Amino acid sequence: MSGPPGIAIRGRFAFQGGQDLSVERLEIPAGQWTCLLGPSGVGKSTILRELAALETGADFDGRVETTDGAPLAGRIAFMGQSDLLAPWLDVRGNVSLGAQLRGETVDIARRDALIDRVGLKAHAGKHPPALSGGMRQRAALARTLMEDRPVALLDEPFSALDARTRAEMQELAFQTLERRTVVVVTHDPAEAARLAHRIYLVAESGLTSLPVPPAAPIRAAEDPATLSAQAELLSTLRRAA
Amino acid sequence: MAAWRDGMVPFAAALLGWQVLVWIIAVPPFILPGPNLVAIALWENRFVLAENAAVTAVEVIAGLALGAAIGAATALNLMMSATARRYLLPVLVFNQAVPIFALAPVLTLWFGYGIASKVIVTVLIVYFPVTWTFYDGLRRTDPGLVDLARTMGASANRILWRLRVPAALPAFGSGLKLAAIYAPVGAIFGEWVGASKGLGYLMLLSNGRAKTDLMFAAILILALFAVCLHAGVSAFARRLDAYATGTQVRPAGRRDAQGSG
Repeated sequence: MSGPPGIAIRGRFAFQGGQDLSVERLEIPAGQWTCLLGPSGVGKSTILRELAALETGADFDGRVETTDGAPLAGRIAFMGQSDLLAPWLDVRGNVSLGAQLRGETVDIARRDALIDRVGLKAHAGKHPPALSGGMRQRAALARTLMEDRPVALLDEPFSALDARTRAEMQELAFQTLERRTVVVVTHDPAEAARLAHRIYLVAESGLTSLPVPPAAPIRAAEDPATLSAQAELLSTLRRAA
Repeated sequence: MAAWRDGMVPFAAALLGWQVLVWIIAVPPFILPGPNLVAIALWENRFVLAENAAVTAVEVIAGLALGAAIGAATALNLMMSATARRYLLPVLVFNQAVPIFALAPVLTLWFGYGIASKVIVTVLIVYFPVTWTFYDGLRRTDPGLVDLARTMGASANRILWRLRVPAALPAFGSGLKLAAIYAPVGAIFGEWVGASKGLGYLMLLSNGRAKTDLMFAAILILALFAVCLHAGVSAFARRLDAYATGTQVRPAGRRDAQGSG
């Protein structure tokens, strides 16, 4: 991994319903966390799926560029809102799913180290239905880390978790995904205020870059600067609607 | 076991009602024999019944296994190939639109009075529900999981075998359960059209000779076999389900007790 790439995207998404979303210029700095903040249904996930080269349901007319000029394909790891664990596989099987799907041999030592790192050592042999929501998302995080890609695309990864678990997961994800280029789609101003090096507001009118708190992420959730940034983001979000 | 006990209640009530009816209307036994006469016929003809039941059982099980295998193979093909979807789906609907019962005489003409024609009738009946339910299951695999696999660089083949097939096992199990209900009907019908052995043949024969008690005995054996087959296939389907959902096999009838959460 020769340093993660920065990404720039520019263009227009035309949705089947007739409306479209124009992205004047979205810059995702290398090795940092970029949050796409906005209300549900505005097209945040569409941008993320376009970066992941997945079916978006919209026509994209534009370009995705990387700072090192190489394509993104094969360099991204994706983590969604639901854990997307295969119920017939235990935690070990799910964490090493990528290698199995590519027909590669699984690096067992690395797999077990990652399971240990996300705190699931005692649950490694369990199947998803036997795990709590937080544990399942930890397993999904370990699976993302197992892929060891320089770019991580997270689509509302913590939104289904309770407040305490969410705060823990944000910290764990931030530590473990350090030095990667991370794009997080979220509708939660608190999440953006804690995690982001850079925040874009996604609204029907387009994308706007928003100010971030001065401290470097990850910021303490109870820090007054984080809280006031969160309040500021919320009111911006409401004005945009 | 509670399910068995519950199932015995209406069965016993039906037997009792049957006997009472026979006493009240006092019809001759060749019109409607009472359960007591059927029981006697059952015992006296136990070897004949067993021999013919074995033939029918072989036809049903062979037809079920073969039909399920061909159905599963078809579903996999439909999933993987647009050409297969284009040309095979209409054939599938056609297969279901033509009454198999109308084909049975021709099949007997082509494949003879032996086991083969009955197995083929059974295969034709079993094929559609297995193909359709399994294909549906393969198609309905969580799209998020399939997307994830694509970002991981998985080939379509590996997505099929490692994700879609395991995820579709419960649907396959449902198809098998339906198939297990239809399969005996197929074999019996094949025997009615032309056979020299089997429970269907025995029913026709005893009916023609006014041995109504023996015919009822044959029906009873067939029903018993169908119930056992269904129970066996259901147990297998539950195992598939438990594997695919990562849960333990729970006792039948308690499945809804477990919440998702």
